[in-house]
Amino acid sequence: MTELIVHGAEWTTKELFVFPNEFIYWSIQIVMYPFMTGLVAGAFVLSSLYHVFGIKELKDMARFALVFSFALLFAAPMPIVLHLQHPFKGINVFMTPHFTSAIAAFGIVFFTYGAIVASELWFLYRRHFVEVSLALREKQDKTLVEQIKYLIFCTLTLGSYDVSEAAQHRDEKAIKILAGVGIPVACFLHGYAGFIFGSVKANALWMTPLMPVIFIMSAIVSGIALCMLTYIIVMEIRKIMIRSRRSPYSMTVEEVKGAEVSIIRMTAKYLLLFMVLAITLELLDLVFRGYTAVKHWDILRTVIYERDFYSIFVLQYTFGNLVPFIMFLLPGLTIRRAIVGLCLVLMGVFMMRWNVVIGGQSFSLTLAGYMHYHMPIVPHDFETLKEGFVGAFAIFAMPFVLFWIISKVFPIFSYKESH
Amino acid sequence: MKKISRRGFLKIGMGTIAVASLPLSLKILKPGEARAAIEKSNVRWGFLVNTYKCVGCGTCVKACKLENEVPYDTPVTRTWVERYVITKDGRVLIDTPNGARDGFIDKKVMGEEVDDSNIEKAFFVPKLCNQCKNPPCVQVCPVGATYQTSEGIVLVDRTWCIGCGYCIMACPYGVRFFHPVYKTAEKCTFCNHRLAKGMKTACVDACPFGARQVGNLKDPNDPITKIILTERVGVLRSEYGTEPQVYYIGLDENVR
Repeated sequence: MTELIVHGAEWTTKELFVFPNEFIYWSIQIVMYPFMTGLVAGAFVLSSLYHVFGIKELKDMARFALVFSFALLFAAPMPIVLHLQHPFKGINVFMTPHFTSAIAAFGIVFFTYGAIVASELWFLYRRHFVEVSLALREKQDKTLVEQIKYLIFCTLTLGSYDVSEAAQHRDEKAIKILAGVGIPVACFLHGYAGFIFGSVKANALWMTPLMPVIFIMSAIVSGIALCMLTYIIVMEIRKIMIRSRRSPYSMTVEEVKGAEVSIIRMTAKYLLLFMVLAITLELLDLVFRGYTAVKHWDILRTVIYERDFYSIFVLQYTFGNLVPFIMFLLPGLTIRRAIVGLCLVLMGVFMMRWNVVIGGQSFSLTLAGYMHYHMPIVPHDFETLKEGFVGAFAIFAMPFVLFWIISKVFPIFSYKESH
Repeated sequence: MKKISRRGFLKIGMGTIAVASLPLSLKILKPGEARAAIEKSNVRWGFLVNTYKCVGCGTCVKACKLENEVPYDTPVTRTWVERYVITKDGRVLIDTPNGARDGFIDKKVMGEEVDDSNIEKAFFVPKLCNQCKNPPCVQVCPVGATYQTSEGIVLVDRTWCIGCGYCIMACPYGVRFFHPVYKTAEKCTFCNHRLAKGMKTACVDACPFGARQVGNLKDPNDPITKIILTERVGVLRSEYGTEPQVYYIGLDENVR
């Protein structure tokens, strides 16, 4: 008989007085969950800045961010599924939603949001679908690949082939409405992820009404940062393609570079704005806790200022917030500096999620003991595979693979003229 | 043949599906289930712990693990006993080795042996699910797998629990855990299966000193109800608004 393992016992070490049933039950995948939904929400808000508020400079970035948000959307529920003790029973959440539970809202909010993003994308790319399918329809003796492509694009048009001026005008109107409705829904999607934690009254670190707002702000920061970073990577690939003359585009390397720098500088301004909001709220929360110093502050203080000092003040605040903030604030932002800054911002937001999720479990309900989390790096069974470094990394890589596949159907750059 | 538009087809199709799926969404209740769902129960189970009587033998923990098939050698347990040692210089030492399944056989508390002359006071506190009137674990379950019976006991449906751990996080008393075999949320049920047969809980029956008692709080003549009504009792962590239904005689301010 194999030895029975208690969930959580494998990566938890206890110190001083901790209840016998307490372990780090919410591990790395629950860190990934708000991180990924945050990226989805942030990417969508970035794309809406153009569609709703008409910020023209973000036009190119807007389409890119919307497609990326769609790719991220599929990855967002995966951490939760991998975290479940019964992943195959996860469907129960949709079959028996229990409306007093914050997690139960996930199905409703997620699908509403998914429908909004999908329909916005459809309106944005409708003309492209019609053009491709019409071109393929007229083509004689299609190859098998073209046959399949024709079938896919025909289906994607949903039988609507009207691309007259009036029809396109209606499309634009629909996009604007969807993007407008999408902003509160995106904020809700992530705000409620913050609510999942903020409403746990048993946890002294989590319970604050500020939690959803803090989550939304840092979500937008991370979403914008990841969009900028991916944008830079895609542009660099484009430059390489132009140099090796394999590119279907007619732009020169200099033109691409010029466009890249100006777009990155423009988007960086919005990144800075949301960073200020996020940091202000986080510091407000910290100061307020220290100033009011209720019963549990004694143990929270030791966690924040002593035990987690490195991950909170060094990694999150200094390298994740302060350093990139200065980097973006200094004039003459270059692509190279932007890359470093963006990686630091993403790391900072990830560390914020880590410090909330793991930090919230690093002290006992007894307020007289501590727990340490040791993330499984090398898996030795299914549990340490899905709830360890490997599982978390797979989740992080997933949207990039999806983005690559989705961008085959929704071209991000070659489709310049419309809208 | 009448030609049907795409819009018309979709409309009729959706309508047909909606009507056809109606019977699927209705669950037919058995008469007993229906009665139980409507009727108000005249039973509300409650628990009384007399900390003065507890000697920390751990028999209750042992009995519970065996009765409820919680794997014996795992650290998790539905009930446990804590030992508190408050020294003359004001330090509070607390421990519960293995949930006190084997009692307290080592004089060392938190790795420290306190000299008898240096002990201000020392006592034992048994812990179990408080079967709260306002249970946060039931509130947060995303699938409704954990629920409160009409007799006030919070149970878990193992067939429906998805194992998200939200209820474990929501419980301020740390009584919930994942069952090592079923991998679903697990908790003290006040031995609901025994109460239903008119028996006492396993821990109550096992306690040689009468430190644990279970009873019907809706019955004014029940011995534990009388004590709760007439004597000075306390509950754990009332600040969370959970309205716990496990009452303690001799609760100390140091109890966690």
